[in-house]
Amino acid sequence: MSEHDWPLWEVFVRARRGLAHLHAGSLHAPDAHLALRNARDLFTRRGEGVSLWVVPADAVTASSPDEKDPFFDPAADKPYRHPTFFALPEGVEHL
Amino acid sequence: MTTAPPTAPGPSPAPAGPPVAYVLRPADDALIAAQRMAQWCTNAPQLEEDVALANIALDLLGQARALLTHAGGLEGRGRDEDALAFLRDEPEFTNVQLVELPNGDFAHSIAKLLFFAAYQRLWYERTAAARDPELAAIAAKAVKESTYHLDHAATWTERLGDGTEESHRRMRAGVAAVWPYTHDLFAADPLAARLAAEGVGVDPAELRPEWLATVEEVLTRSGLAVPAGDWAPTGGRHGVHTEHFSLLLMEMQSLHRAHPGVTW
Repeated sequence: MSEHDWPLWEVFVRARRGLAHLHAGSLHAPDAHLALRNARDLFTRRGEGVSLWVVPADAVTASSPDEKDPFFDPAADKPYRHPTFFALPEGVEHL
Repeated sequence: MTTAPPTAPGPSPAPAGPPVAYVLRPADDALIAAQRMAQWCTNAPQLEEDVALANIALDLLGQARALLTHAGGLEGRGRDEDALAFLRDEPEFTNVQLVELPNGDFAHSIAKLLFFAAYQRLWYERTAAARDPELAAIAAKAVKESTYHLDHAATWTERLGDGTEESHRRMRAGVAAVWPYTHDLFAADPLAARLAAEGVGVDPAELRPEWLATVEEVLTRSGLAVPAGDWAPTGGRHGVHTEHFSLLLMEMQSLHRAHPGVTW
């Protein structure tokens, strides 16, 4: 019954201040208010977080597995995009 | 349980804390509410709700364990939480009948949780300022849990009460069935009144106006009303229980009684 009634929500948990919210999983809930509460009960019951986001799963636009090659492979052979070709001047400490 | 205060348990009289009987009441409330709530485990209408209700049951069990341990310490006869939970008989339990009532349908259980959590939150809030530091510490931790339980119950009350025709009907029936049992939470109580006057305890009778305001606000927001009628079953605090209680106790105690001290 329920899978048809209750929409899917994606859950993002921030482990502590200063870190970004990371995707933790998904759940079903009838609305955003309950999605947040379900997320609290499912994903932070062992002290995993200090902040939660819930996002309707159908609001997420995802890249398609079919597009994996044109999307990601061209970056594989372009090492010059990594900032590893610079000689650091002496005395620069925080770069 | 003993009805007498802990008179001279050892050579050095303990500093005046509340009597054992006073601490056993909230302990038994939490223990029996936990046992009843745990019966939802694997039976909730939705997996997510199943975890939520089990979490609440575990919160309540944690409160019960701390309070029972504290009561055992006050009593000073070497009874630990297990002895108090599993080796007392029905008339020795002083929980209100509200928490032992069968779960009924989901709406029925949510109504029970709404009324009980609203009461617990107030009781713990006041008790967090109690003169007994251990009791105050237990209450300070529990008040956050009760606040969440109340929020959960209010959330569902609103959704069921203001949902479909069928959910409204069920929520209203749940509220009506449970309501008479809420009165005993605030029944006049000489022991609690005396302790409140001494600044050691909380008189539950004083909590009712605030409790009613909270509950009424939730019910109104949910398209429901406070039920009328003045039937007010009573007796839990004196060990008088409903017919449902003995089955609950049997299920809760049988393992420990068959295998004393068993762990896993």
